[in-house]
Amino acid sequence: MAIETFPKGYGARKRRSQKTAFGIFRGLSLFIVLVLFAILGFIIYRGAGVIDWTFLTEAPSDGMTSGGIFPAIIGTLLLMAGSAIVAFPVGIMSGIYMNEYASKSGWAVKFIRLMTNNLSGVPSIVFGLFGMALFVKYLGFGDSILAGSLTLGLLSLPLVIRTTEEALKDIPAGIREGSLALGASKLQTIWKVVLPMGMPRIITGLILSLGRVSGETAPILFTCAAYFFPQLPSSIFDQCMALPYHLYVISTSGTDIEAQQPIAYGTALVLIIIVLVINLLAGVLRKYFENRLKLK
Amino acid sequence: MRRIFEKAVKWLLTASGFVTSIVILLIIGFLFTEGAGLFKEKVIEEGYVLALNRENNVKELTAAQIKAIFDEDVTNWKEFGGPDMRIEPFRLEDADKLFTEEELGGQYENAGSLIASLIEAHPGMVAFVPESMIPKGANLNFIEDRSISPKEVFAGSEWFPTATPAPLFGMWPLLAGTLWVSLFAILFALPFGISIAVYMSEVASERVRGFLKPVIELLNGIPSVVYGFFGLIVIVPLLQQVFGLPVGESGLAGSIVLAIMALPTIVTVAEDAMRSCPRSLREASLALGATQWQTVYRVVIPSSMSGIASGVVLGIGRAVGETMAVLMVTGNAAAVPSSILEPLRTIPATIAAELGEAPAGGAHYQSLFLLGVILFFITFFINLCVEYISSRNKAKNS
Repeated sequence: MAIETFPKGYGARKRRSQKTAFGIFRGLSLFIVLVLFAILGFIIYRGAGVIDWTFLTEAPSDGMTSGGIFPAIIGTLLLMAGSAIVAFPVGIMSGIYMNEYASKSGWAVKFIRLMTNNLSGVPSIVFGLFGMALFVKYLGFGDSILAGSLTLGLLSLPLVIRTTEEALKDIPAGIREGSLALGASKLQTIWKVVLPMGMPRIITGLILSLGRVSGETAPILFTCAAYFFPQLPSSIFDQCMALPYHLYVISTSGTDIEAQQPIAYGTALVLIIIVLVINLLAGVLRKYFENRLKLK
Repeated sequence: MRRIFEKAVKWLLTASGFVTSIVILLIIGFLFTEGAGLFKEKVIEEGYVLALNRENNVKELTAAQIKAIFDEDVTNWKEFGGPDMRIEPFRLEDADKLFTEEELGGQYENAGSLIASLIEAHPGMVAFVPESMIPKGANLNFIEDRSISPKEVFAGSEWFPTATPAPLFGMWPLLAGTLWVSLFAILFALPFGISIAVYMSEVASERVRGFLKPVIELLNGIPSVVYGFFGLIVIVPLLQQVFGLPVGESGLAGSIVLAIMALPTIVTVAEDAMRSCPRSLREASLALGATQWQTVYRVVIPSSMSGIASGVVLGIGRAVGETMAVLMVTGNAAAVPSSILEPLRTIPATIAAELGEAPAGGAHYQSLFLLGVILFFITFFINLCVEYISSRNKAKNS
C-alpha cells in the first residue's frame, strides 16, 4: 500500500525543506559511492595491465624492480591460515561460553564483553608492539610466521567472538528446550542442535575476519614481514613476505619509481581482489543460508 | 564419565571466554614494562660523559639544553647559569681534525689524555666523549647525569630520539599530530556519516539500501595500505596543486584518508541506532501531522542520539589508531603542527616508522613502547566512553 508522501494539508515550505534535506542526504550518499568506485576503478584500471600469470607466479627480481609477487601472495595466505588456526577455535568457544553458559546478567559476561570490546578497539600497531614484545622477544620465536600468525590471530579474536555470539543469540530458546526435554545433555544440545543452526552465520563472520587479516600491515611489521624473501618459507619459524607490507615497501621506499609503480598497482589490485572475493563470498553465503532458512 | 567430560568442556569454554581479558592484561603488562623502562634510562647516551673545564660550574643540563649546545643554538654558558663564556662543543669526531693520527695513536690510545688537556686549555669547552676514554684523575668537571623525567617526555615539545649526545623524547608533537589529524578526519566524516545513516535507515528504499550496505562494508574492508597508496598517488599530488604546497604530504591528506576510513564505522553504528528507534514513536509523530523529515529530525535523531554518539566516538577511535595510511600520506614531520596543511606525524605512524631501526632495549625502543601505552589508553578510554553511552541509553529505555 502506497502512502502519499505529502497529504493535502502540508504547506509548500514543509515540502521544500524535506526535499532539500533528503536531497542532501541522497547527494552525500551518492558521493561516497562515487568515492568507492573511484578508488576501486583507479586501482583496477592501473593494475589490470600488470597482472598476468608471471606476475602472480614469480618472485620479485632485480632489487624488486621486476618480476612478480608470488612469495607475498603465499605469505599472506599462510598468515591468513595461521591466524585462523589461532583465532577460530578459541573465538568460537569463547562465543559459545558467552551465549550458552555464562549467566546473562552475571559479572562474567559484562566483564568479558567489556574486555572483548576493548580488545577490538586496540589499534593494530599496538598489537604489533605487543606481538613483538611477547612472541618475538620474550618467547623467542623471532620474526616468524608463527609470531605473525599469533599476533594476527589475537587481533581477529574479538570479531570471531562477536559473530559467534550474535549467531547463537538469534537461535530461539525453544529449540534448546526441545532438545533438553528429549533428554539430551547441555553439551549434546550445543553440539548437535545449536552449533549446526548457528554455523552458517558463524562461517560468514569467519570469512570476513579472514578478509580483515589479509590486509593488516601494522601487526606484522615487526613480527613477521620480510622486506625481501624470494624463496618460500620452509617452516613456521621463517619470515615471509606479505602483500600489504610489500605494497607499503614498494610505494614508499622504492629505489626506482618508474619500474616499481606498476608493481605497486598490481599488488594493490591483488589485495583488492582478495577483499572483493571475500566480501562477495560472505554476501553470497549469507543470501544462500537466509533462503534455506526461509524454505524451512 | 560423561559427567566429567561435560564438566571438562564447560571449564574449557569458560577458560576461552577469558582469553580476551588475559590478552588485554598481557598487552598492558608487556607495554608497560618496556615503556616504563624509559624513565630509568639516563639523559646522556649510555657510556658517554659530558666533560667540562674545571672553571665551569654548570652541573646539570636538560636534554633540550644539551641539544641546543651541540646544535650551537645557544652559545654562552651564562644562559645555563654558568660563567660568561662562549660555549665550545666538542665531539669525538672533532679529534681527527685537531690532532694527527700519530698523536692520537692507532687505537686512539692517546685520545683521552689529549682531549682532557684540550678541555683544560679551553674554559668554555664541553666535550662529548666515552667515559672509558677519560684518564683517571683528570682535572675536569662533569655534567651530572640523571634519569629521563616524565615531565620532559610528556610535556616536551621536541621529538629527536636519535639525537646525540642526548636524545629528546618530547611526545607532545606526536600527540598533537594525532589529535589534529583525527579531529579533522571526524569533522570531514561526520556530515557524510550522519547523512548516509539517515538516508539508509529513513529515506532509501529497500533496494537502494541493499546496494548501499555492501558499498559501506567494502569501504570498511579495503586494507589501510591500499587507502594509503591511493592517498599517496592521488590525494597528495591533488592537494599539492590545489593549495600550492611545497609538499603534498600533509595533515590534510591524512585527515581525508582517515575520514573515508572512519566513515563505515560511523554509518554502521548510527544506522543501527536509527533503525532500532521504535516504530510507535515514528507513527505517533506522523499521526500528529509531522512530515517525514520533521519526524526524522525531531524524533528519530534525538531518540537515537546515543547510538549516533557511539558511532562517532568509535570512528574517532579508529582514526586515532590508524597506522599505515597515515604513515604514508602525512609526511612524518615531528613538529607541533601550526596548520593542517603542514606535514605532521602521529603516534602510530611514529611507532611503525621507527621501531624497526631502534635497537632493542634502548631508550628509543622503550620510548616507542611508551607511545604504545599512550595509544592503548587513548583507545581504552574511548571504548569506555562508548560503553558508558550505551549503558546509559539502556537504562533510559528500560
